[in-house]
Amino acid sequence: MKHELFERNVIILSVAVLITVAIGGLVQLVPLFTMEQTIEQVEGVRPYSPLELAGRNIYVREGCYLCHSQMIRTFRDEDERYGHYSLAAESMYDHPFQWGSKRTGPDLARVGGKYSNDWHALHLQDPRAVVPESVMPPYAHLATTELKFGDVAQHMQTLRTVGVPYTDADIAEAKSDLKAQAVGDGDTAALLERYPKAVVGDFDGDPSRVTEMDAVIAYLQMLGTLVDFSQYKAEPSFR
Amino acid sequence: MSVAVASSAVGPGNHAGFYEDEVIRKFVVATMFWGVVGFLVGTYIAFELAYPVLNLDLPWTTFGRLRPVHTSAVIFAFGGNALLGTSFYVVQRTCRAPLFGGAALGNFVFWGYQAFIVLAASGYVLGITQSKEYAEPEWYTDLWLTIVWVAYLVCFVGTVMRRREPHIYVANWFYLAFIITIAMLHIVNNLAVPVSFFGTKSYIVWSGVQDAMTQWWYGHNAVGFFLTSGFLGIMYYFIPKQAERPVYSYRLSIVHFWTLIFIYIWAGPHHLHYTALPDWTQTLGMVFSIVLWMPSWGGMINGVMTLSGAWDKLRTDPILRFLVVSVAFYGMSTFEGPMMSIKAVNSLSHYTDWTIGHVHSGALGWVAMISFGAVYFLVPRLWNRQRLYSLRLVTYHFWISTIGIVLYITAMWISGIMQGLMWRAYDSLGFLQYSFIETVEAMHPYYVIRALGGLFFLIGSLVMVYNLVRTVRGDLRREAAFERPRAAVAPNAAE
Repeated sequence: MKHELFERNVIILSVAVLITVAIGGLVQLVPLFTMEQTIEQVEGVRPYSPLELAGRNIYVREGCYLCHSQMIRTFRDEDERYGHYSLAAESMYDHPFQWGSKRTGPDLARVGGKYSNDWHALHLQDPRAVVPESVMPPYAHLATTELKFGDVAQHMQTLRTVGVPYTDADIAEAKSDLKAQAVGDGDTAALLERYPKAVVGDFDGDPSRVTEMDAVIAYLQMLGTLVDFSQYKAEPSFR
Repeated sequence: MSVAVASSAVGPGNHAGFYEDEVIRKFVVATMFWGVVGFLVGTYIAFELAYPVLNLDLPWTTFGRLRPVHTSAVIFAFGGNALLGTSFYVVQRTCRAPLFGGAALGNFVFWGYQAFIVLAASGYVLGITQSKEYAEPEWYTDLWLTIVWVAYLVCFVGTVMRRREPHIYVANWFYLAFIITIAMLHIVNNLAVPVSFFGTKSYIVWSGVQDAMTQWWYGHNAVGFFLTSGFLGIMYYFIPKQAERPVYSYRLSIVHFWTLIFIYIWAGPHHLHYTALPDWTQTLGMVFSIVLWMPSWGGMINGVMTLSGAWDKLRTDPILRFLVVSVAFYGMSTFEGPMMSIKAVNSLSHYTDWTIGHVHSGALGWVAMISFGAVYFLVPRLWNRQRLYSLRLVTYHFWISTIGIVLYITAMWISGIMQGLMWRAYDSLGFLQYSFIETVEAMHPYYVIRALGGLFFLIGSLVMVYNLVRTVRGDLRREAAFERPRAAVAPNAAE
């Protein structure tokens, strides 16, 4: 075949280019949606509670992923530093994924439960007050900004359309669940039934209102805690 | 054949009114404006990492919000305007046809694209972002860009269809591949459902591991098609023109065009080695990334060898020096990239500054330098000036930015490799030797050097802006001529 064919007709050239560039993506992407082994079956992974979701949206808003990964690789040193390597299932409800590509700061995939709420609140407001060598920006405004969560149910509804299995009850109770988790009163039993292992409490030390700080800490405190790795066994020759 | 098209392309300034050049002038101004903005923000956030007090304790000026401003400003605003502007220049000349859609469509593409940049960047500062790397703009900005991009495609393809040359010149193949592939990547990676029609927030339809793969399929090919294919289009026009030599090999350009665009698309998974992405995908990505070395160097060889018989011009022509050294940087970073995609190497380099250094040897060395060369070429022609105000200043710019790049990438090599080694170091008792914060502390001097490198690069670009402003004003700096090697040959010729 002569290359002249492509050089003389821009439509033929365009179609040929499109076919050429489409192949790689099709081969690599499509099987990820169809192969069952892509995401392992594990106990414990659940959608984010309304407060955690609000916190995650703040994490997304502030671009935290630019310095913090949420993906522990399969190495001994990462296992010892951060914990068990990350499973695909652990981010299956993440829209978007926040695996990150750079560790200017440490990985956060399993930061949940490693530090107290007070430590997080202090650290977020003034990182160098807690860790003098840190280069992290201060996020003091999180503690003074009240969380806007009037539309949290709408957010969950939208997530449901893209595949997150929120139930009607989850969505109906979204606001009260959020408040219950942030101040620690209200019907926390129902909350914990819907969202097992959710960390309940007044995160920022100010019980009078729900701030963005409450939401971010609630999110950080659940990261990597859902799967019980004392029970988890990787399937041999998985993938 | 198509080589002949390049040399028969019309010369500067004598076709006023035939070609649509007004819009290209705007693109050139926008290229320089956004370039300076992008370099400035980049330098600032580099200093933030060295001196965190510069985050100013304000939500709008944190590293997390400014970093996308930097990356979008240099990739999409500086690089994008350079690509759109040069593609309009090249497609008209090599097709000997005025721009399809004329000034109206050209201006729509120009202003539409600037609106996209402003929408995107203002959003980041206010915290409106998808937090997908290099795909941060939210749904409404993405939709707007799609409209502008379709107009751009129509403009470009329409011009090619009007051509008075039998063949489509090779530079246009690369521009076309860039336009088409970016459209495909942009649409698939940004598929999202807005929370409300009047709100800014949306949720991406992909999640977790599939989102990761889609994102790096996009992200790596933003490099492959925005920052490579498009800029190879620049290379294939401006190097032959400035060197006054035909493209080295027509056959090589065909082979490396098709192999480059076919293979690049597969390379995305090397951003996800040892993660929860399935192993088969990682390995496939690694293999194609290594194979990619070959077509990349095919392009480099074709660009550099175009100087065959004109090597002496490198000594006297600083514009050509920018163009050729950019191709050398392209060769260097397209060797480094495949090497870093090898899983064993990647286990050390991933998550470290080495990646940042690698990106900048491509972005500063290849993308920015070839854009500078093209802009230096274009400005006297577009504004009908005899020559640039000062070639001496072009030389200064070249050396200032080269020093900046060297400082930048060496600092990042050292800090990246050191960081990777410290993370995995064990002491004699079998414990991790360093806490994470000790590795952060160790980075400090390299962050300072890196920021200084960025500062050099920024200063170089300001020298360029000064030179271009004087050129547009019609000033000519009286300068002693550069050494003329041909004069030395003259006695022999006289024999």
